Amino acid sequence: MSAQLTARDYTTSQEVRWCPGCGDYAILKTMTRFLADVGAERENTVFISGIGCSSRFPYYVETYGFHTIHGRAPAVATGLKLANPELDIWVVTGDGDGLSIGANHLLHALRRNISLKILLFNNEIYGLTKGQYSPTSRIGTKSPSSPGGSFDAPVSPGLYALGSGARFIARAIDVDRNGLAGVLAAAHRYEGGAFVEIFQNCIVYNEDVFESFAGREHAVERQVHVRHGEPLVFAADNSKGLRFDTATMALEVIDAHERADEVLVHDETNATLAQLLLAMEAPEMPVALGVVYRVEDETFESAFYDNHPTRFKRTGTVADALRNTNTWTVT
Amino acid sequence: MSAQHQELHESSVVVRFAGDSGDGVQLMGTQFVSATALAGSDFATFPDYPAEIRAPAGTTFGVSAYQINLGAGPITTAGDAPQMLVAFNPAALKVSLPLIADGAAIIVNTTSFTKRGLSKAGYDEDPRSDGSLDGYQLIEVDVTRLTLETVKPFGLSKSDAGRCKNFWALGLVQWMFGLSLEAIEHWINTKFARKESVREANLAALRAGNAYGETAALAAAVPQLDVRKARFEPGEYRGVRGGEALALGLAASGELADRPIVFCSYPITPASPLLHQLARLGKLGVGVFQAEDEIAAVCAAIGASFGGAIGVTSSSGPGIALKTEAIGLAINAELPLLVIDSQRGGPSTGLPTKTEQSDLYQAVYGRNADAPLPVVAARSPSDCFDVAIEAARIALRHMTPVFVLTDGYLANAAEPWLIPDMNVYEPIEVNKLASKPAKDVQTAVFERDPKTFGRPWVSPGMPGLMHRIGGLEKDIQTGHISYEAENHQAMSQLRADKVRSVAQFIPDQDVAVGPAQGAVAVVGWGSTYGALYQAVRRIARLNDCVSHIHIRHINPFPRNLGDLLGRFERIVVPEMNMGQLSTLLRDKLGVQVVPFNKVTGQPFLIQEVVDFVLDQLADVTGEESRPRIVSGEPQ
Ligand SMILES: Cc1ncc(C[n+]2csc(CCOP(=O)(O)OP(=O)(O)O)c2C)c(N)n1
Ligand code: SF4
Ligand SMILES: [Mg+2]
Repeated sequence: MSAQLTARDYTTSQEVRWCPGCGDYAILKTMTRFLADVGAERENTVFISGIGCSSRFPYYVETYGFHTIHGRAPAVATGLKLANPELDIWVVTGDGDGLSIGANHLLHALRRNISLKILLFNNEIYGLTKGQYSPTSRIGTKSPSSPGGSFDAPVSPGLYALGSGARFIARAIDVDRNGLAGVLAAAHRYEGGAFVEIFQNCIVYNEDVFESFAGREHAVERQVHVRHGEPLVFAADNSKGLRFDTATMALEVIDAHERADEVLVHDETNATLAQLLLAMEAPEMPVALGVVYRVEDETFESAFYDNHPTRFKRTGTVADALRNTNTWTVT
Repeated sequence: MSAQHQELHESSVVVRFAGDSGDGVQLMGTQFVSATALAGSDFATFPDYPAEIRAPAGTTFGVSAYQINLGAGPITTAGDAPQMLVAFNPAALKVSLPLIADGAAIIVNTTSFTKRGLSKAGYDEDPRSDGSLDGYQLIEVDVTRLTLETVKPFGLSKSDAGRCKNFWALGLVQWMFGLSLEAIEHWINTKFARKESVREANLAALRAGNAYGETAALAAAVPQLDVRKARFEPGEYRGVRGGEALALGLAASGELADRPIVFCSYPITPASPLLHQLARLGKLGVGVFQAEDEIAAVCAAIGASFGGAIGVTSSSGPGIALKTEAIGLAINAELPLLVIDSQRGGPSTGLPTKTEQSDLYQAVYGRNADAPLPVVAARSPSDCFDVAIEAARIALRHMTPVFVLTDGYLANAAEPWLIPDMNVYEPIEVNKLASKPAKDVQTAVFERDPKTFGRPWVSPGMPGLMHRIGGLEKDIQTGHISYEAENHQAMSQLRADKVRSVAQFIPDQDVAVGPAQGAVAVVGWGSTYGALYQAVRRIARLNDCVSHIHIRHINPFPRNLGDLLGRFERIVVPEMNMGQLSTLLRDKLGVQVVPFNKVTGQPFLIQEVVDFVLDQLADVTGEESRPRIVSGEPQ
């Protein structure tokens, strides 16, 4: 084995071209450190992206990389995975790239459960094209294309993934180094397609849009870090907990100390719970972070190879195949 | 064959089977073809499907037909006017009548000539009694009733029993041509190996139809046709459809390059047969991925190519349009990719089941920015095999996407094929990079061969060669992103030079028929080959100053094409579009051409090409009248 690589070994010589203070820097840093921590084999690791600020990510990671076209990264990655299932493939996409132009491919990659680790950098804006509202922008978002405020209802990335049939859904905040590293590690370990939404601050066009839960002073009160098998508690002293209200069929916040036995325990295999958790929005409710949903299932590439039992190895010849029909000889 | 039978000695006979979609006409056609092939005839076929999958029974728009031209050959088209028609219902008769030759033999299934059947076909009067069939040789046979009687002992349901009528009719046709039932019996035995009653019923129907012909009472009425054997080169033959040949050619490319083929597609008429064929070729190292749409399909193929497999995507015009942006990505990333376009009538959804050659502009010019790529076109079903290999060779040598143009006619048409000897094909070389380049990897990965402009094919998984590719412009030297003005100019030039360099590696343009200079050159591309070839041969019997030139390499053109065309006084360009090759010839070679355009959804008839060319010839030579040449003359 070669010597232990450091984060620097996973960093290219390319000058990084994000705006100073952009959340993408923090994600890049956590990623390179994570790759070094797990000793990722650089030649077997690939970053594939679409188009957007976020999609410049592959240029900065010293692995293989492919900066493709707007929205199509999951499709390119699918072909690569089929050609070489041994590769660790990360897809980097944005809220526009993955949920407007490329939403179709995202849906199909997720429903197939092909082992791509899809990171959606959600900044609720089209950064690269200078700040138009995106499909995750909240109603009323003022932008160059919506000077009076946007009026289309946003999509929730997590719920979209769940509805698409994703088997693994996790969430993290760009600057939360531990939370993000934990989620990356879980996605990396998971055998199958993983969907990770990263709340990413676009300091230029949508500054502090996640402030209500990501901001330092709100983090404790408005974030619930979910862990499989542990109670869904948050706030100082874990004083608050989530309870399922059977009357309203919804989650509610209760005093976790006084009503401890009513607090839900996180079950990451429960899709209904996942839906309720993913739907929570600040400030009314805490925002769920960590691995919200994870179930085991057959991967697409494994099914693909079951249907291509030779695994691309030629076990027959074209010369024989040419004759695999009625033939006749002229003398 | 008994002497009392009329014997028609024709060099070739054109037969058309027509019926409802559910009548099994296509199966009947393919089975008839395998029998004629075994008997040593040359042949060409043309299946003509309805656009609707389950059009209402008995209607004219639900008619499915299969046309076969068989005989001594060389046969290169499915023939102009059928001399024999088998019509399973009034609608099939109505649709086919305008197409068939005067005096043709028409076998009609009288069972379906009921009042209701006639009115569904839009006949007010029964055409058998109103004189509209005068001048044809009408043979009335109660096919459905006779079939039902024959298969009664096997206890099939009424609809299953009725379905045996195609084999009953085929039995009769086999008798008319003096062809053995053996190959068809063998097929039925294999196909229905596990369905005894269906198997036995179909065998019985086939033999009963055959015996019906033998019956003395009918022998006089039914013509017997003795088709002469073709003079084939010695060797081992098979029948092949364009879709099959293309699939096998792709598999052969993988074998020759020793790389997997990853075929990514989204279903569309008439490209789907290729998807279906390749799905069965796993043993040859072919993987098939049915994507969610055409964009995903081309992108997955590009991803596979990045991964070191030969990525192939396929569609017809509308789907190719969707792939456009991604094809530009493959050009920019300098990755190999095969884009197969089975053309159909357009624009938009157009005529999905009808053939056309109207995507030439799309292939050559149809992308944003200056995005040139090589384009090759197949001219016959068996030619699809070689074209696929040729395209893959170009793609890997020059590291570029390559367009392969075929069409609905080629995909489904069949012909006999001298099975190629795989040993005569050169292996396809892959551009390699030593695992430890001295310089920056990003730079080494984009270091191009000075003759081909092809870069090394480096894929994830190769140690020490990590690099990044993408759609952004890159520095011509270093391979890193570059927005420099001068560099973009240089890279645009490089992409153009790359495609131009392909011409150094392809054969000179040959002349298919006729001398290399003269009065008129008939210049074509793609599936019109057969019709143009026959037309020029017919003319050549009387006049030796007309030639046929058929272009496989559409972009770039062969180096000598300009010179060659310059040696003719007039260039006639028949195409199944509104003049796309004509534009290209004017654009690239600066020659003046006379377009001859047909966009009816049907292939060219030999005779219409003959007529057009003769008019042009008369114009060039200044002769008033032109010699009369009609079809059907011995060739
Ligand atoms: C086919 C196509 N349409 C539009 C664009 C322009 N475009 C580039 S990135 C982008 C939006 C990116 O937004 P998002 O995915 O949220 O990425 P961000 O920049 O916010 O990280 C758009 C509209 C393009 N490059 N290609
Ligand atoms: S525009 Fe926004 S998302 Fe893009 S680099 Fe700048 S801060 Fe980051
Ligand atoms: Mg965005």
